[in-house]
Amino acid sequence: MTHATEPDKSRQGRPAGGPSMAGTVLPLAGLALLALVPLGAPGMQLLVNLALAKGLAVAGVSVLLRAGQVSFGHALYFAVAAYAGAFLMTALPGADLALVLLAGLLGAVVAGVCVGLFVVRYRGIFFGMLNLAFSMIFWSFLEKFYHITGGADGIRLPRPAVLGMDLDRASFELVLFYLTLTLVLGLGWATIRWLASPAGQIFQTLKTNETRLEYLGVSPRRALLWGYLVSAALCGIGGALMGVTQGVVTPEYAWWIRSGEMVFIAVLGGAGSVRGAFVGALIYELVRTYASAYAGDVWQMLLGGFLLVIILFAPRGVIGMIETLAHRGEARK
Amino acid sequence: MTAPLLETRNLVIRFGGVIAANDVSLTITAGRNLAIIGPNGAGKTTFLNICTGWIKPSSGQVLFEGEDVTPLPPRAIVRKGVARAFQIPQLFTEHTALENLLIAVAARDRLRNPFMDLHRIPERDEMMHLLEMVKCADAAHRPVVELPEGQRKLVDIAVALALRPRLLLMDEPTSGVASSEKHRIMEILVEALAERKVTSVFVEHDMGIVERHAEEVAVWNAGNVQLRGTPREILDHPDVIRDVIGEAV
Ligand SMILES: Nc1ncnc2c1ncn2[C@@H]1O[C@H](COP(=O)(O)OP(=O)(O)OP(=O)(O)O)[C@@H](O)[C@H]1O
Ligand SMILES: [Mg+2]
Repeated sequence: MTHATEPDKSRQGRPAGGPSMAGTVLPLAGLALLALVPLGAPGMQLLVNLALAKGLAVAGVSVLLRAGQVSFGHALYFAVAAYAGAFLMTALPGADLALVLLAGLLGAVVAGVCVGLFVVRYRGIFFGMLNLAFSMIFWSFLEKFYHITGGADGIRLPRPAVLGMDLDRASFELVLFYLTLTLVLGLGWATIRWLASPAGQIFQTLKTNETRLEYLGVSPRRALLWGYLVSAALCGIGGALMGVTQGVVTPEYAWWIRSGEMVFIAVLGGAGSVRGAFVGALIYELVRTYASAYAGDVWQMLLGGFLLVIILFAPRGVIGMIETLAHRGEARK
Repeated sequence: MTAPLLETRNLVIRFGGVIAANDVSLTITAGRNLAIIGPNGAGKTTFLNICTGWIKPSSGQVLFEGEDVTPLPPRAIVRKGVARAFQIPQLFTEHTALENLLIAVAARDRLRNPFMDLHRIPERDEMMHLLEMVKCADAAHRPVVELPEGQRKLVDIAVALALRPRLLLMDEPTSGVASSEKHRIMEILVEALAERKVTSVFVEHDMGIVERHAEEVAVWNAGNVQLRGTPREILDHPDVIRDVIGEAV
């Protein structure tokens, strides 16, 4: 596929299987660098952890962009998963971290099937807005049914056990950080592989020609549903990680601004790029945190201006710029 | 007697004031290539749309190998062995020509392995050969959006062939292809179809091609089959010379 934001193996003369600079070496180097954060810059550990959790959700939004569909309601899956984790911790105090994440994943996938079966009938603006509508319904459910959901205060999420051990706060945060990093690597890799696989490529043809897809004997709606579930699952794991990292889940998780933020970060990082989702999320959180430390609302202006520049001059996003530079570097060798 | 490959019975469809199918009954016999000719707006494309379930007739039936497929969606009819190449090519424009064929194979065989690269499927060489056959090997690694119209039409046919159909419907297969190439490509195509035991129905405006490559001809006019016969019978018929060939000249 000639997608702009993933390095293209098919057309280049590069021997198959050899690692590419932009595709493999740089992402691994980036992850290795991040792995040093708890040692070298412990003050940034929480920030990076939250950014990567959000990055997983953004990767979910990016998957849909590959099929030409924008969802303005994916915070729904982020929130469903976070609350599923919180409900589990309430019901089974001391439950294991793995169980919390599984509950989140399951919640997101079940919600994805229910909403997905409905929204895959629509495309473009209708698809985007229907997703938004479902997320708003869920948000008001969280706000209004406070005896179940804790209302606007949300639910506190006590620290889960890790493989049966009760860790102190610092150790738990460290475990969570490296777990998140591992999930980013594993799920990022799996998503990229899936996108390159026959089923993933069929999913991406929705962007250009559903008539031909139908005439290949494939149901476009079913193809979209599979991709939708992949995207919901990624958002869900991101949301569940966010919940345990913050120790509290609130209706704000489902708030529509969160959904918009995911689309924003996806475009910033490189629309449709899995790697870009994480780069975008890191930049976004860094700018937001450090700029707002200096002056009140200046971060929105900075990020808005940055996005403007990206759209006008680098439509493949930050990851596109990085890849262009890397290719240039390789060509010079 | 075995059932015809495809049969339509009394198809009727009306678009506003236009009757695009007016009681169309036609049988297509396995192994006999049928050319459909007729003036613009006669309902040729509409006929292919109805046969493949894209448009539902207001009355009438479509039978494929004796089975009523009228209510089925195109994808179900395709799965039974009918493939289609379009008047306006229907391709995945951001994918390369080769990828379009690989995706067709992936769809045909319902490939699901999430960790296998599309480019690594065993049929890759076979699909390269298919592209060579339609003289599009040079387009294999270029995104379809960059290809000229004639090449896109040929890739569209190759995509349909990649499905290994028993019946191939082609809507003006060589329109947009340079006239110097046209005959040669049609030659290769018809030969390949015979080799694979694929029966073809093709809409065609070029009477030279009809004469050479069709075993039977059906003349469309105002939403119905006006005449049907061998190429010789049809092309020498005074009505056809006046209504169809005259117009083309
Ligand atoms: N989906 C549709 N909606 C409305 N009108 C249609 C539709 N499809 C076809 N028509 C009309 O039906 C008539 C037959 O169209 P059709 O495309 O089948 O003709 P054709 O024989 O394929 O012509 P051409 O040689 O120009 O391709 C035309 O008048 C066309 O405008
Ligand atoms: Mg037509």
